[in-house]
Amino acid sequence: MQLAVWTYEGPPHVGAMRVATAMEQLHYVLHAPQGDTYADLLFTMIERRGKRPPVTYTTFEARDLGKDTAQIFQDAAREAVTRFNPQAIIVGASCTAELIQDDPAGLAEAMGLPIPAIPLELPSYQRKENWGAAETFYQIVRHLADTTVTRAPREGRKARANILGPCALGFRHRDDLVEIRKILCLLDVEINLVAPLGATPQDIARIGHADFNIVLYPEIADEAARWLERTFAQPCVRTIPIGVGATRSFIADVAELAGADPTPALGDTSSRLPWWSRSVDSTYLTGKRVFIFGDATHAVAAARIAREELGFEVCGLGCYNREFAREIRAEAAACGVEPLITDDHLAVEDAIAAACPELVLGTQMERHIAKRFGLPCAVISAPVHVQDFPARHSPQMGFEGANVIFDTWVHPLVMGLEEHLLTMFREDFEFSDEAGASHHAAHSPRKAPVADAVSEAPVADIPAPAMADEPGSLWTAEAERELKKIPFFVRGKARRNTENFAAAEGRRQIDLETLYDAKAHYAR
Amino acid sequence: MSAAAILDGCAAELARPAVEAQRPILRERGQREVFCGLTGIIWLHRKMQDAFFLVVGSRTCAHLLQSAAGVMIFAEPRFATAIMEERDLAGMVDAQDELDRVVNRLLERRPDIKTLFLVGSCPSEVIKLDLAKAAQRLGAVHMPRVRILNYSGSGIETTFTQGEDACLAALVPVMPALPAGSPAELLIIGSLPDIVEDQFLRLFADLGMTRVGCLPARNARALPAVGPDTRYLLAQPFLGETAMALEGRGARRIEALFPFGVEGTSDWLRAAAAAFGVDPALTEQVLAPGRERARIALAKLRPQLEGKRITFLPDSQLEVPLARYLQDELGMELVEVGTPYLHRAHLARELESFGPDVRLSEGQHVERQLDRVRADRPDITVCGLGLANPLEGEGLTTKWAIELVFSPIHGFDQAADLAELFARPLRRRDLLEV
Repeated sequence: MQLAVWTYEGPPHVGAMRVATAMEQLHYVLHAPQGDTYADLLFTMIERRGKRPPVTYTTFEARDLGKDTAQIFQDAAREAVTRFNPQAIIVGASCTAELIQDDPAGLAEAMGLPIPAIPLELPSYQRKENWGAAETFYQIVRHLADTTVTRAPREGRKARANILGPCALGFRHRDDLVEIRKILCLLDVEINLVAPLGATPQDIARIGHADFNIVLYPEIADEAARWLERTFAQPCVRTIPIGVGATRSFIADVAELAGADPTPALGDTSSRLPWWSRSVDSTYLTGKRVFIFGDATHAVAAARIAREELGFEVCGLGCYNREFAREIRAEAAACGVEPLITDDHLAVEDAIAAACPELVLGTQMERHIAKRFGLPCAVISAPVHVQDFPARHSPQMGFEGANVIFDTWVHPLVMGLEEHLLTMFREDFEFSDEAGASHHAAHSPRKAPVADAVSEAPVADIPAPAMADEPGSLWTAEAERELKKIPFFVRGKARRNTENFAAAEGRRQIDLETLYDAKAHYAR
Repeated sequence: MSAAAILDGCAAELARPAVEAQRPILRERGQREVFCGLTGIIWLHRKMQDAFFLVVGSRTCAHLLQSAAGVMIFAEPRFATAIMEERDLAGMVDAQDELDRVVNRLLERRPDIKTLFLVGSCPSEVIKLDLAKAAQRLGAVHMPRVRILNYSGSGIETTFTQGEDACLAALVPVMPALPAGSPAELLIIGSLPDIVEDQFLRLFADLGMTRVGCLPARNARALPAVGPDTRYLLAQPFLGETAMALEGRGARRIEALFPFGVEGTSDWLRAAAAAFGVDPALTEQVLAPGRERARIALAKLRPQLEGKRITFLPDSQLEVPLARYLQDELGMELVEVGTPYLHRAHLARELESFGPDVRLSEGQHVERQLDRVRADRPDITVCGLGLANPLEGEGLTTKWAIELVFSPIHGFDQAADLAELFARPLRRRDLLEV
């Protein structure tokens, strides 16, 4: 048993729901007890969909156990097919139904339905949401793709691509797709199919018509793309176009597979990130310590942007989806940090405290951790809450995505000029660090700990953040006072560095000398 | 009200078949779009501040809790899930040993916990993991520091608020005993927001009733006593099991309307006062200021709701008393009142004012019920968050039901807040011009 307060991922059948909800004309018959319908509200509330997810739950109860749950499943499936008239259904069990062993696959097959019924085996006690989505999409493609398709010769027609991966409840999938369509349009590549988002089962049947595949979200589409590679000899673009550099590589990769000229797409001047990042106000971003956590794809992309496009220093990098740990390890090695592969948010919290970052990039969980530590934070990956399914166009991918990322990441930081003023007038009562950034009250540093105890009592059992300014026994009063003069956003790092320096030097006390010796030692 | 009517309590189930027979109830089964009882943890842990709720279940259970808890999850909450894994199911490890390990680790980490609830889920019930035995065994180890109890909040057994019923029923056996012949005590049963509970306790004090306890108590280790001289008043309509457990310890129910709106609250307080022999003149005098304030506040909202047609989809069992309140005090027209479970005895008086045209339904076949909503086109539909936006998408105004469980809605001073919860979506519909 694993003790969990919060999970980065739901169970695998929620992944299957994400695929079903993304598609059209497909219905999911889910053998599940009463209560599992809670997952509907992820789609209707967080993603704000105006339609119910296309899922029929059998909602069996205790009194049904041991007698007619199989019958309940068949009745529900028959009714769903009649009522919703889908082109295909997927059938499977949630965690509880998995235990009662009704075998939805066999039951659906025995019914002789007029449409394909695709069985899903989603081991709820081993796997999680992303795996469930990937497996579901793979099974749908495998069952529905027309394998007799042969592609016409390339001469005299446009290159055709499938875009694979966009899904329901995907972080910015809607807008990423708009950006990818723009790029493909500039490259004169025809889109054969986008899946799962918006695809019908009949669309999936003609997936083999494309010349190549573009995998935007490997967590969801990689499994299916590998099967397509084998079955239809469709090569695959695996570059994730998040960031200016990555978008350029993506354009080059697509252009190569399409036999197209990448120049018009590369010449797209809609990317403002490079200039914004070079402008002098951004000088203050140099070497800012950033901690990155999320799904592997977004975390790796974020690490590259942070280092190469914004001039940050990556001081921590990790992901919660073990399936893609290899990518994280490689990128962490490039950043010179230890990779953090965990789905335990307490471990992430500890790692953030230890790394003393000046900016945290993560999921909604890291947002809350950062809030507790009084650190600036931006969201880069699912799981996210309702505010990260925005009304405005807000992609992560492509050149516009890079613009969005620049604004989103820099916004929570103290702006350059303001940081300068805070340093200049750090003793000034109006410009004291207690005032924090003018534009973001939520991220201002914590006031007296007493106030916190009142607001969070009686559940306050929060470990004190490691960067809190507590008088350490090691510090002389004078050095402690001097430390207070350092702006709050670097004070944690200064304290830690000084203490490390003192320990390494074997000094028993940190006085002014030690403080400034350490400063010289760590000088950039 | 006659003494007999007041006294018959839970036995009323047998005494009232006549009312029941007259009213047809639409009973359906099929897909139920409802929460399971685990959701009760979200408000119960706020009420009992020394208690921790450990769900023994799957990743789905953990995911449900965090989806339902929204942002509350981040304040080091007093609930968690022991997620069962493959090796727990395959018998590779002894599930009871694993549970001991998790509980010990938890109690080490959280020394402030005084009561630990092991909460059963669908998976733990299906594999018949004996949590009662585990609670007993672990309780023996950790008493007196921590009391360990068990109940089931599984979806196969409980719907939404029934989780609270199961939790409170688990507390009843450990309530201290009051011997026969003790001074009569009143118990208020059902978790209420602290502000509402305090209002009621002040009113009872003004009535001269000082021996009043609450279940759940704010401190799960300071439970009120119970015995043959205890009378209890249900503050919530979903407490069938708890009532039975209390009856089993000799306590008797005071029959009353549920304390929603001016009339419901008055009836509830009057019934208790009468049962404790309070002078009716004093009762009216104590009730008068609250009644007057609520009347004034409701008068402003009545024009917005009068004549509006409302449908309730099943959710919390609060549907019947809320429908009674909206019909009798605000002039709304009831189209369909759906409830996950209808406790005939506890709700008998609530149903008396329902007209013959009110469609009463128990259980759910969500597709058919939505067909009825589309055909009826009520002015407002009370439903869960899984259905609210889709119905709005079809042009039907909705009120999401869960808010009714989390908001202070009982008593005189919340009567208008309760009405406002229904008036606001209608007002918003009229306000928006895009």
